[in-house]
Amino acid sequence: MAKQAKQLMCGSHVIAEAATRAGCRFYAGYPITPQNELPEYMSKRFADLEDATFIQAESELAAINMVMGASMAGARVMTSSSSPGISLKQEAISYMAGMELPAVVVNIMRGGPGLGNIAPTQQDYFQATRGGGHGGYRTIVLAPYSGQELVTLTMKAFDLADAYRTPVILLGDGLMGQMMEPVTFPDPIDPATLPENAWVLDGAKGRDSRLVASLYLDPVKMEQFNWKLARKYAAICERETQHESYLLDDAVIGVVAFGTAARIAKGAVNRVREAGLKAGLFRPITLWPFPGKALRSLTRTIKHLLVFEMNFGQMVEDVRISVGEQATVHFHGRPGGIISTPHEIGGAITKLIYRHQLNN
Amino acid sequence: MAKQVFKRPEALTDNIFHYCPGCGHSIIHRLIAEVIDEFGIREKTVGVPPAGCAVLAYNYIDVDMGEAPHGRAIAVATGIKRARPALTVFTYQGDGDIAAIGTAETIHAANRGERLTAIFVNNGVYGMTGGQMAPTTLLGQTTTTTPGGRLPLRDGFPLDLSQMLALAAGSVYIERTAVTSPKNIIKTKKAIRKAFQVQMDDLGFALVEILSQCPTNWKLSPLEACRRVEEEVVKIYPLGIIKDTTDKSN
Repeated sequence: MAKQAKQLMCGSHVIAEAATRAGCRFYAGYPITPQNELPEYMSKRFADLEDATFIQAESELAAINMVMGASMAGARVMTSSSSPGISLKQEAISYMAGMELPAVVVNIMRGGPGLGNIAPTQQDYFQATRGGGHGGYRTIVLAPYSGQELVTLTMKAFDLADAYRTPVILLGDGLMGQMMEPVTFPDPIDPATLPENAWVLDGAKGRDSRLVASLYLDPVKMEQFNWKLARKYAAICERETQHESYLLDDAVIGVVAFGTAARIAKGAVNRVREAGLKAGLFRPITLWPFPGKALRSLTRTIKHLLVFEMNFGQMVEDVRISVGEQATVHFHGRPGGIISTPHEIGGAITKLIYRHQLNN
Repeated sequence: MAKQVFKRPEALTDNIFHYCPGCGHSIIHRLIAEVIDEFGIREKTVGVPPAGCAVLAYNYIDVDMGEAPHGRAIAVATGIKRARPALTVFTYQGDGDIAAIGTAETIHAANRGERLTAIFVNNGVYGMTGGQMAPTTLLGQTTTTTPGGRLPLRDGFPLDLSQMLALAAGSVYIERTAVTSPKNIIKTKKAIRKAFQVQMDDLGFALVEILSQCPTNWKLSPLEACRRVEEEVVKIYPLGIIKDTTDKSN
């Protein structure tokens, strides 16, 4: 691979370019802030590709259902939106989980509930990691925290979606979507080189006709299928958790944060380290599957965890489930779109260290 | 050896239809299969069935099929067709599916001139769920949710989706037919054939609205149900070509 020059790009453009290079050839979306730069880039990028389709749909519902159809037809597909629009897409995401169709769904989160605001928050953690729609399914959820990681995780999202035949959520926020950072891209994948799938609807030429459906009227078959999903989800949990450990080896307190919050928390950890306090960062990169085992193993040496989220407490529940009684879990949240500074989070870390006499 | 004059279309499986006696779905399924056979496109056709009684259409029409959420068949079909333009893609939708919960998708697909063929089965009720009022229910008609009959300023007027779709510049061919008699069935097949042809000629959106009978939920015998279509339903939903710009499109 030729060495690629660095390009300064906003996060939404990075996702769009990375998706195209991952072989995405079908995108449908609907305008909603703060992710409009993504469909705009796609419309321009796909105009130059003969085998690609961009559709500005009449609604979020239509967009995700078009994506569903194109996925049935075997294309690498993506849609993007922001919180209220993602709510509208949940029905189809549930269907795609039930039909085992790959798709990448980007959620550039905004404040909520309801219309909320367009400032960066992490209010959709529950929605993303619990499936979001009806029927008890799961989606893989990836939480990038930098421009370069938007490249790698967007491309990885397509591979995971194909490997497990499941919708994958790329979860960012207005800051991830708008922030300009220098990035490099790998060479593009030619979609024609991707393996053909034996379930794709491409016309029953010389074979039996195929069906892509989520309907199982017979309870025995429904149960068989749901156990199949359960086994798939167990395999994903076993193989696909991903996290970053930062300065945790000698830490007395671990900050647990993802996405934008983790970016801020990293700055905070650096600040308090400069002051001689031993803090570290545990950053889940997959939110589902949650890297709970790795987090629990940290509690052999770290007895205090500070969960920092840009909401009023969602991932903190997964942290508590993961560590049980092995560590004390503290929480710091900003749920309105106010972007915390490393100074603020550094202050929260420092207070805990002194209050619990961790610096002895 | 005797000459075979009638047989099951290749695009129709030999599964026994689950539909009620006198229902129009099985007739319409067969007509679609016959048209697919005649065009020789069984190996390049994908169908999108609806929610409702015809959700199991894939057990009968022997082509690749992809299920859609209620109302979203045309959006799903749009994705299939755009991803693989060489396919012939049709949707099969009831009145609740296409004219209530899926109205927006339908109008915008027609407006974009999606190269799709929509088979719209209008029987004036939600059949699968037990006979509730549909957008197409006639005024005064009793259903399980209009026990005293449909009242216009309470329950709305019968919606004429086909006329609305005719206004969309991207729609090319829209015809309303019925399956109440051999004559009407022949006309319906001709219309389905044309709606497939429009797609294969890459002209734009085509739809056939088929007035169908639902004896079970109408609480009529099959013959009475056919008579009701011919005597009452056609007064509100007249049969015939609603839009045909195929000549101008050439």
